[in-house]
Amino acid sequence: MPFGYASPEQIMRDKADYARKGIARGRSVVVLQYEDGILFVAPNPSRALHKISEIYDRIGFAAVGRYNEFEELRLGGIRYADINGYTYDRSDVTGRGLANLYASNLGRIFTESIKSLEVEVVVAEVGDTPDGDAIYRLTFDGSVFDEHGFAAMGGQAEAVATRLKEHYREGMPLAEALGVALTALTEPGGERPPVAQLEVAVLDRTREHRKFQRLTGPRLERLLSQGTATPPPAADSAPAEPGETPPPTAPDGDVDDGSSPL
Amino acid sequence: MASHRDLPAGLVNHFFSNTGSSSFTEFVGSYAPELLPQRDSVLATPIGDQVPHATTIVAATFAGGVVMAGDRRATSGNIISQRDVEKVFRTDDYSCMGIAGTASTGIEMARLYRVELEHYEKMEGRTLSVAGKANRLATMIRGNLGMAMQGLVVVPLFAAYDPDRDGGRIFSYDVAGGPYERERFDAIGSGSIFARGSLKKLYREDASADDMVMTLIQALYDAADDDSATGGPDVTRKIWPIVSVIDADGYRRLTEDEVSGYVEQMLDARMIAPDGPIAPLR
Repeated sequence: MPFGYASPEQIMRDKADYARKGIARGRSVVVLQYEDGILFVAPNPSRALHKISEIYDRIGFAAVGRYNEFEELRLGGIRYADINGYTYDRSDVTGRGLANLYASNLGRIFTESIKSLEVEVVVAEVGDTPDGDAIYRLTFDGSVFDEHGFAAMGGQAEAVATRLKEHYREGMPLAEALGVALTALTEPGGERPPVAQLEVAVLDRTREHRKFQRLTGPRLERLLSQGTATPPPAADSAPAEPGETPPPTAPDGDVDDGSSPL
Repeated sequence: MASHRDLPAGLVNHFFSNTGSSSFTEFVGSYAPELLPQRDSVLATPIGDQVPHATTIVAATFAGGVVMAGDRRATSGNIISQRDVEKVFRTDDYSCMGIAGTASTGIEMARLYRVELEHYEKMEGRTLSVAGKANRLATMIRGNLGMAMQGLVVVPLFAAYDPDRDGGRIFSYDVAGGPYERERFDAIGSGSIFARGSLKKLYREDASADDMVMTLIQALYDAADDDSATGGPDVTRKIWPIVSVIDADGYRRLTEDEVSGYVEQMLDARMIAPDGPIAPLR
């Protein structure tokens, strides 16, 4: 143990810096609404270690950062959802409840542990109509952001979010939304990630029972070719209206001043 | 073990530290055992006919899949307690189960079993093999043995599409577990003896899904014809059997309109020949 005194502010700042650096090392993940639900796109060379996953009938999960840490969150979320759906009814499992569970755990670990989790998580829930869709983004310190339309995290998250905001519009068909996501994930002038290194999934409100579905193989390739065939929407097409940085839904405080925690 | 409702706040982390198997039932058993169907406490006396019983379920394979159908009657002794009860349940995208016996226990078992299969699938990122699914159901029935001894007997029939064989598979169980894999077809419940006799005569190896649905509807009618606890199609109230088809495209429950089409066709024929189609003698 080092000698000397470090103020609580300093300790928190150090932890946050540490977590932010860890998260920025990985690649970005993008989550956005399209006409029939919510689309998840992640560049991911692994076929088996997923960054995107099903939690429950209407709820999907995406994460960046340390795999072992967000995998534990994912498994905990599935346990939470299954036990609540079994205790009450399947319709009583909500994305908001899951986001709150994650937020409290992330917040507790951030304050109580020496090392905070190096993860950022999206919990998305598809509704019966686009208005019922919800995208919650959670940061390593337990802050919850109720995102509208789209969310980007990990890697060069700010740049990705900016590109996403430029091209996103409400009610896009799936192929176009996929095109927009890939444009956002690709640096200007850069190469798009090859199909084999893409993890893509949707929460499709038109599906029965369980809405989550991975898109792979020929279907994904077909969508990608459609998505690139249509030119990206012009800059003057309606931008997402709640474009500004959304306010944090967690209580205000030192750690939670919205735009950039700490 | 304390119930999850009175765990101190810090122990919510149990959700995150449990790294045991991918079985939902095992997780609940360690975490909130009171949510599971009662395993230890048994009733003082057998309760026999006081709770509703569900009866006949039939299932048969066809080239590329499997069909399952169930009648809609629940009885308490000689009383018809419900006319539109559902006894065939989708358990995941490629499987279903039908229940005969104590309705409440059966419905609870089907509900838990569905979560069990999905839980494994989500935790592991792969679906259980068909044999794995059948074994898992057997374990759950064995867990219910104590209650079965008290008269709360429930026996399921399990059907699934097996992608490795590109065909359907059927498993049946007794109160002590199983599973017993059945070739071609099987039936459970009090009308099953009559349904099985009917299926034996009408089953064709090369039947299409459409023909096999018709075969099962005929078998259910024959069961209802001779067993008072099995309900026939209720023409006045428009209550039809539940019919599910599982093939490479997944589970599909036929709509009311589809089933009523089959049933009306069958009833028209039965107006002329009340005992139904005749199998060739040679």
